[in-house]
Amino acid sequence: MAHLEATIQPASDQALLVSFGERITPEASARVRCLLHLLLRDPLPAVTNLHPAYCSLLIRFDALVADHEELENRVRPLLSVLDEVALGSPREVEIPVCYGGEFGVDLADVADTHGITPGQAIDLHSSATYTVDFLGFAPGFAYLSGLPTELATPRLASPRRRVPAGSVGIAGHQTGVYPFATAGGWRLIGRTPLSMFRADREPMSVLAIGDRVRFRPIRAEEFNA
Amino acid sequence: MILVEEPGLFTTVQDLGRPGFGPIGVSAAGAADVVALRVGNRMVGNPEGAAALEMTLSGGTFLFPNGGMAALAGSDFGAAMDHLPAPVWQTFEIPRGGRVRVGQTRSGARCYLCVRGGIDVPLVLGSASTHVLCGLGGFQGRTLRKGDVLRIGKAGIEYRARAGGLPDALQPRKTLRCTGAPQTGWFSETDRGLFHNSIYRVTEDANRAGLRLEGPVITAPAGGHMTTAGAPLGAIQVPASGQPIILFVEQQTTGGYPEIASIITADISSVGQLRPRDEVRFECVDLATARDLLRKQEEAIRAVH
Repeated sequence: MAHLEATIQPASDQALLVSFGERITPEASARVRCLLHLLLRDPLPAVTNLHPAYCSLLIRFDALVADHEELENRVRPLLSVLDEVALGSPREVEIPVCYGGEFGVDLADVADTHGITPGQAIDLHSSATYTVDFLGFAPGFAYLSGLPTELATPRLASPRRRVPAGSVGIAGHQTGVYPFATAGGWRLIGRTPLSMFRADREPMSVLAIGDRVRFRPIRAEEFNA
Repeated sequence: MILVEEPGLFTTVQDLGRPGFGPIGVSAAGAADVVALRVGNRMVGNPEGAAALEMTLSGGTFLFPNGGMAALAGSDFGAAMDHLPAPVWQTFEIPRGGRVRVGQTRSGARCYLCVRGGIDVPLVLGSASTHVLCGLGGFQGRTLRKGDVLRIGKAGIEYRARAGGLPDALQPRKTLRCTGAPQTGWFSETDRGLFHNSIYRVTEDANRAGLRLEGPVITAPAGGHMTTAGAPLGAIQVPASGQPIILFVEQQTTGGYPEIASIITADISSVGQLRPRDEVRFECVDLATARDLLRKQEEAIRAVH
């Protein structure tokens, strides 16, 4: 992984951004997860929060207690031991999805774009295994990699003002599930009856970084059951 | 206890926030104007981080069947306790059955009702803050409604009733100071100049998650897209539209728009007082200055007693 040199730069007066390049690759994602693992296992003084993404990790700190240089000096040594971090085997999570119709209003368009039938699009989406690269955007929103290229479809030109909670969408080479009703520009192909994030449950989020995910097609009756 | 007779436009229980849950996409939330919350709590002898009611643009009516002691902090919402005026930055006693009515804003966006003893809600992951989008913390994870009954916590340390304004050094600012962001160098010098020399107006689309601004269009580099990365509190994003967005306390933890600047920690509280149609400017400072300003703000808060 020597080709993935890390860069460390201030992101604000209370944050440091550690980047492993600009490209979304499994290697960069693995490095982010390893660094996150180390920082969660042995928290650094003054660090208040961690925001992982595809190929970077934002480290928030208390600027009254530490400065960027101090923190960078504590993070640097961790970068040289990332290869030694054992993340353990990933959890496997299955998400039931009712595809198409009112549950996935863009399914027909997505299939059309690729010259396949909606049924073939469902088969493709539900036969792949995905990886949770990170959670961001909203609580419990997992960015999943591993979408078959035959399904990669750009975002909508203009986002919808409200996407129903549980909507399963596609944006470029990513797929994901909206935990809450929010605005969103992803193409909606289905919906899960699972509550992806619940404050009164432990763990609150169905998905965690590093999880392996599969989607299982269900009928509308099962969705409504 | 407190009976909510009128909740106001958007009233939530807030404290200093719930940091540490970025890995599951949950931002820290917490008071939009931390300076007001901390000073208000000091005025009633609470720990600075005690939970209080955060009101937005328009306040509510609160009945105190057993009385209490309170202070309003932040913007002047024109409040009254029974038939007496209850100015901001003054501690006041509430008799049994007393009623605090908080009106419409006369200055900024947020006003805090700090009650001696604090608002007693169950802590969720160590904090009383409401994260409205995911229904976490606060009073049942949501904004207050008519008929809600809130408990008041046990009063702690002694207090000295105080009357007086907020020190000048802690007044909210309309010129927000910023440092560079990771993508600042992606923007042309012309666009950076335009950003720092122009006035931007806060749109109606301004809340605890973020504030959309309008003003001179900045050319977003890379078509306004980048590989999604962690975004700090106060990040100023520039999407393809060229109109900046400030990420705020209930922010998305990551973002895919290039950031032109980041608002310094000492000025985050000022963002919490911005209302739609307010005009702001952005002034560039270096990290050492930002640190110095934060230390000075901290000293000014601690000097309030």
